[in-house]
Amino acid sequence: MEIPYTVAIRRDTGLTNGKIGIWLFLASEVMLFGALFASYILIRTGAPSWPRGDTMLNVPLATVNTIVLISSSVTMVMAWASLMRGRFETFRIYMGLTILCGLAFLVIKYFEYSAHFHEGALPSTNNFLAIYFTLTGLHGLHVMGGMAVNAYFWGPGAKLWKTNPTWFTNRVENAGLFWHFVDLVWIFLFPTLYLL
Amino acid sequence: MSDPGTVAAHPSHAAHEAHHEELGFWRKYVFSTDHKVIGIQYAVTGLLFLLFGFSLMMLMRWNLAYPGAAIPWLGAILGDSRMPGGTMLPEFYNELGAMHGTIMVFLGVVPLAVGGFGNFVLPLQIGAPDMAFPRINMLSYWCLFLGGITMLASFVIPAGGAAQSGWTSYVPLSDIAGSGQTWWLVGMIFLITSSLLGALNFITTTIQLRAKGLTFMRFPFFVWAQFVTAFLLLLAFPPLEAAGVMQLMDRVAGTSFFLPSGLVVSGQALTNAGGGNPLLWQHLFWFLAHPEVYVLILPAMGIVAEIIANNTRKPLWGYRSMVYSLVFLGFMSFIVWAHHMFMTGMGTAMAAFFQTTTMIISIPSVVILTSLMISLWGASMRFNTPMLFALAFLPMFGIGGLTGLPLGLNITDIPLHDTYYVIAHFHYVVAPGTIFGLMAGIYYWYPKATGRRMNETLGKIHFTGSLICMNIIFMPMFIMGLAGVSRRLADGGASYDFAQPVLHWNVWSSWGAWTLGLFQLPFIFNFFWSIWNGEKVGENPWEATTIEWSAPSPPPHGNFIGAPEAYRGPYEYSVPGAPKDFWPQFEA
Repeated sequence: MEIPYTVAIRRDTGLTNGKIGIWLFLASEVMLFGALFASYILIRTGAPSWPRGDTMLNVPLATVNTIVLISSSVTMVMAWASLMRGRFETFRIYMGLTILCGLAFLVIKYFEYSAHFHEGALPSTNNFLAIYFTLTGLHGLHVMGGMAVNAYFWGPGAKLWKTNPTWFTNRVENAGLFWHFVDLVWIFLFPTLYLL
Repeated sequence: MSDPGTVAAHPSHAAHEAHHEELGFWRKYVFSTDHKVIGIQYAVTGLLFLLFGFSLMMLMRWNLAYPGAAIPWLGAILGDSRMPGGTMLPEFYNELGAMHGTIMVFLGVVPLAVGGFGNFVLPLQIGAPDMAFPRINMLSYWCLFLGGITMLASFVIPAGGAAQSGWTSYVPLSDIAGSGQTWWLVGMIFLITSSLLGALNFITTTIQLRAKGLTFMRFPFFVWAQFVTAFLLLLAFPPLEAAGVMQLMDRVAGTSFFLPSGLVVSGQALTNAGGGNPLLWQHLFWFLAHPEVYVLILPAMGIVAEIIANNTRKPLWGYRSMVYSLVFLGFMSFIVWAHHMFMTGMGTAMAAFFQTTTMIISIPSVVILTSLMISLWGASMRFNTPMLFALAFLPMFGIGGLTGLPLGLNITDIPLHDTYYVIAHFHYVVAPGTIFGLMAGIYYWYPKATGRRMNETLGKIHFTGSLICMNIIFMPMFIMGLAGVSRRLADGGASYDFAQPVLHWNVWSSWGAWTLGLFQLPFIFNFFWSIWNGEKVGENPWEATTIEWSAPSPPPHGNFIGAPEAYRGPYEYSVPGAPKDFWPQFEA
């Protein structure tokens, strides 16, 4: 049995089911990260002293990571735009680049983390590091989740292109919305943790 | 497929979808994506957890009525770490208390009210063939299942047993508690994920899969209730997930989010870094848990509204004002949470804000309840079992709601907060309130799910016994609470002199609880017996007007024969000049 408005747009709402679903999901994600940011503010304002981010963390590496992640959002849009123009092979290239950017982000993050661990800077050391590891760790999990979804559409999920290109394009668009959200969270995380 | 009926009517036509038609046992009944099967899975899981959570309470009530008295055979079953020689250890009492609250709220009422009724009834009432995301729906159930298993497993883990820090898991107590608390947190993360997936599915389904002609103001009140509830779940649960992650970090990675500097436990200074804030947990917890109160009550209100309209044979009085109240209530429920925290000494400015919003949020609840009461005016009612439960809901929820007003005001909350008064208040809302609403719903939609009606005599025995017992359990708690008896004591207050004059009420409450347990037996028997032996019924046994009653009982895969359409509002009963006393929404 097919569910109505999976592929076609419902006329009075102007939306497909997936589009509403992903925006609702993002709304809940905003509440999740919003609660963590609120906690950050509460703990920081209640602390007698708070280290500047750049004295504890590696700003140059994080800057590179910011550029990597923003680039991945651009390639994600290009991947979707390629599908809109019916160019499946270009989609494959851009989607592949998006996944590689995600991978590069995680590798750089791994070097950052292991450097902290070597210096003995652990989540238990102080509350700055605690919130740093919690926020970036949760963000890292979101990057992995986004990469898994993107990898699916790059690989086995791409079969749908042959049978139902509209549906496939919509699904890539929704995956893209999630990927941009993950990117956006980092845009907030970077100045909050590293620069302020 | 635009016409959901064609698959059922012409199996050959749907040959390319054969995987839906010839499902094996596992895909049809266990890993099903059909909203009706998932709804029943949710409902049965919820009912089982309600029974389990209630059993924990029946055990606790023994120690409250007869503190220190031994039950040797029970001690032999539960072991020396819980009841040595049959005498309950306070630590075990704390486990039971924490898990009773957690299970009743997150694994009992919510799965039944939202997962069960929402999944089964909502798509049928809006004329949809299924939920918008059937596989996410299945995932949502199995997340709940894993969460439930995790919670249950925490009772039998070797070290320490289940969580002991109350269903609120207040820090720093829970940060330094035994390993059961870690299991609790992992279980909660599963349950939160389940709610989240369910909520976005409900909202999308309601917006997108409405039948033709079913505008928002033609929704049955139940659909509105589920719709608002889904928004509460979607937006209120993530902050608790954040808080849960932070508490998990505190416990596993040694962070100090909730541990202040210089904390001394059992005469020993903790070696953690410190600098955390225990109030942060309370804020994040109640930011969820206040909307959660409405998650518990709104679906029940929806069910009661359906049943009252059906059995008074009249339109609901003030349908529009009820809907606006519901939406307003949903918004307001996000800015009242700190009225649970007056005891933290938040200062008069904050307290004034939160008591004002709390008083404001009582207005829409009163509007809804009053509209339901006025709906009864001048009706010639049918007193069947669902209607009896729905009618009992009104005064029971009324008592719960009105006794909540003193708790919403700072000055009266402070003396009452840690007493049995609070227990009595919210149990009146949730137990004879919400659970009666849910029971009404089970009796009402059972014919739709099975094609047979539940036995009326057994239903009336179940109803009468439950109503009397509920009041015997909870009314004494108001008396004890006003006398100042603390709600957190394993001995029910026996160690305090001032509590002596009211202690005998503990015995009343306990016997009430055990008798209530007995009165559930007719229901359990009826529930299973009627599957095979209940009176057979057609599609519309209650002569109701909403769309779910146009589908066959039980509805086939895809629900409807032909695409349903809505031609008018949901409650066109006793329309002057009409041939029958009901004019269904789905009849042209």
